[in-house]
Amino acid sequence: MIVETGHFALVLALAVAVLQAILPAWGAHVRDERLMAVGPPAAVTQLVLVVGAFLALTYAYVVSDFSVENVYLNSHSAKPLLYRISGVWGNHEGSMLLWVLMLALFGAAVAVFGHRLPQTLRANVLAVQGAVAVAFMLFILLTSNPFSRLAPAPAEGLGLNPILQDPALAFHPPFLYAGYVGFSIAFAFAIAALIEGRVDAAWARWVRPWTLAAWMMLTLGISMGSWWAYYELGWGGWWFWDPVENASFMPWLAGTALLHSAVVMEKREALKIWTLLLAILTFSLSLMGAFLVRSGVLTSVHAFAVDPARGVFILGILVLFIGGALALFALRVGELRQGGLFAPISREGSLVLNNLLLTTACATVLVGTLYPLALEALTGDKISVGSPYFNMTFGPLMLPLLVALPFGPFLAWKRGDLVAAAQRLWLAAVTTLLVTMAVYAVVHRGPWLAPLGIALGVWVMTGSLAELASRSKLGQAPLPESWRRLKGLPRSAFGTAVAHFGVGMMVVGIIGTSAYQSERILVMKPGDQAEIAGYTLTFKGAAPQRGPNYREEVGVFEVTRDGQPVTSLMPSKRLYDAPPQPTTEAGIHVSWRGDLYAVLGDAQSNTEGGYAVRLYFNPLVRLIWLGAVVMFLGGLLSLSDRRLRVGAPKRARMQTSPMPAE
Amino acid sequence: MSRKQRRAVLILACVGLLGLASLLVLFALRDSIVFFHTPSDVVEKGIEAGQRFRLGGLVAEGSVRRGEGSLVEFAVTDTVKTINVVYEGVLPDLFREGQGVVTEGRLDGSGKFLADTVLAKHDENYMPPEVADALKEKGVWQHMGKPQPATN
Repeated sequence: MIVETGHFALVLALAVAVLQAILPAWGAHVRDERLMAVGPPAAVTQLVLVVGAFLALTYAYVVSDFSVENVYLNSHSAKPLLYRISGVWGNHEGSMLLWVLMLALFGAAVAVFGHRLPQTLRANVLAVQGAVAVAFMLFILLTSNPFSRLAPAPAEGLGLNPILQDPALAFHPPFLYAGYVGFSIAFAFAIAALIEGRVDAAWARWVRPWTLAAWMMLTLGISMGSWWAYYELGWGGWWFWDPVENASFMPWLAGTALLHSAVVMEKREALKIWTLLLAILTFSLSLMGAFLVRSGVLTSVHAFAVDPARGVFILGILVLFIGGALALFALRVGELRQGGLFAPISREGSLVLNNLLLTTACATVLVGTLYPLALEALTGDKISVGSPYFNMTFGPLMLPLLVALPFGPFLAWKRGDLVAAAQRLWLAAVTTLLVTMAVYAVVHRGPWLAPLGIALGVWVMTGSLAELASRSKLGQAPLPESWRRLKGLPRSAFGTAVAHFGVGMMVVGIIGTSAYQSERILVMKPGDQAEIAGYTLTFKGAAPQRGPNYREEVGVFEVTRDGQPVTSLMPSKRLYDAPPQPTTEAGIHVSWRGDLYAVLGDAQSNTEGGYAVRLYFNPLVRLIWLGAVVMFLGGLLSLSDRRLRVGAPKRARMQTSPMPAE
Repeated sequence: MSRKQRRAVLILACVGLLGLASLLVLFALRDSIVFFHTPSDVVEKGIEAGQRFRLGGLVAEGSVRRGEGSLVEFAVTDTVKTINVVYEGVLPDLFREGQGVVTEGRLDGSGKFLADTVLAKHDENYMPPEVADALKEKGVWQHMGKPQPATN
């Protein structure tokens, strides 16, 4: 009964979303306040109904109601509660319901927090948001209904793919989807602005917090996925340049660009057209990501079995929204006037450079992701584009971005002084130089360019610290005065510095682990010793064990370093009960130098008690995910800035009265 | 600088960057893409030894043999032609006889495929699309029951 109620709630939510998509927009068109006022309550009602539907499905999972087909296919009564809950979105139907839930959540948030928005703008934004919701709810109800029943009900479920039974992966989809879907707000604002034919600094001020929030979620979501792939898949890597990974990375790149161009628009009223286009493209890439992952057109190590018929529906959604948005853009863009002049060397100029490089990099990723599809369609040849392609294209484009990054915040708006900026960065430059020399002096292996890569990361890190130091006049004013100034800085200034610092950390981590990873593959018998990166591992043998819903074979390695015991690693090979699928659990020892990472392979039939063993040492790899967390925190700091939160109430009130396009 | 000059600088920067990126993409696509072939393709097209490609098909039943150390030999088949593969390393969890597999590497002079990568899959029922298509072409594809709902 509860499940049917959930199904019904989703149908009602669809009806409400249809109203939300039509009435406010019509109201904005004919300037009818009553019609426009339908938007906010409709968005909130839609949220309540979708939450109801989602809870109903969650309930079916928690009580293991196997008469629901979706639960039968993806759950098992012996599964721990956390994974019974995360199983809700660990499958296609449920994850689309999560997608719609996020959509409703963001829509309702605009309705609740957007009371300062001009009435027509809010009405149009909510209408666009409603239209997107309609498309995805139809998709669920027509092609991927999670509420359909089975008769007779099976006694036991098939279980969730065991590699998904993992804490990081339980929360990876919600964050990822919050990011994807969060960009729909920027998209809706862009469409609303195009419909009204008006866009100004205030627009950017409203869009920026939403974009920032979505970007933060996506940052965390992607890095969680990467972290999971690192320790769960047992291959010692953290990024594969796999199409499914790229599908989430492209919206991130475009979203990062959007975040920066919105700053220019807010402060200087420049780059308006570009920002609107970027807002449309970012969400389009999110939609495309959903299509690529859900349609099964991709060859991917992460791909799961999919039903191609659904792809056609998503493709329809894709064409409708991207095509419609771009058509509207083409139609209306002439009515928007460019504002704010600036010199090439200026804050605006630096942000334009940021945008150029990020979007170009995004385009190269897009080409690499779609080229195999295009080639197969045209010639029938099957190819795969792997990391060499991305290292050759994406890498060189990041280089100037990172070199230029620390200069940006030191340049003044309108016209900046590069020499003055360089002077204020001298300490950062000297530090970077010293670190580079130190790395060259200490490390004698790996590619000779690698220390320069590390230097680049250090440069970004020290550069962001230099910005804070300079703004608080550290070293120029007395210390208490500097402290007072530092405390007086707006949170968004800290946010920028912290987020950029995180970028630097990530660069150091990426270069460190890519250039200096050690790997050994060998067969070990009990008592055998192996050396890697200064550690000595002694294999003590392997023994079977029983977990809550799996059996496993656990290998024990005693680890010593310079004769001192460090830790013992216990990698295992698991065989889950349902579905009966093997997984690899790596044994990882974390230290400040890097991760010692051991994987237990197959038992060797021709060696008594022997196992294939793979050992890695991944230097500095933690900095990659720590960097992402720091970037997230930077975003959080920015988001908590009063200026952003309040959203310039004065200007907003002034613009409530209908004004002609400027 | 006048508005015109500024715009010129901007356009030049855009064009320059796009040109550079296009060059990078073209070079990278020429040098670093990897073709996918089935065992039949390999025999029919006569691929040169040393050329890097992906070989996909089913792991032939009864073909997996462990060698010295972590050396493994197995055969990849599309049921028409079969190619022997040598791989040193730890096999992915879902590697099994009779299951679909994608390996990457090159042929040695004697027609053996020296793989340095055996691709892992995440899902028991997942068949790499290339393998599925190749098997369909050879007419040996049997539908593997109801497709599992996708997961991510």
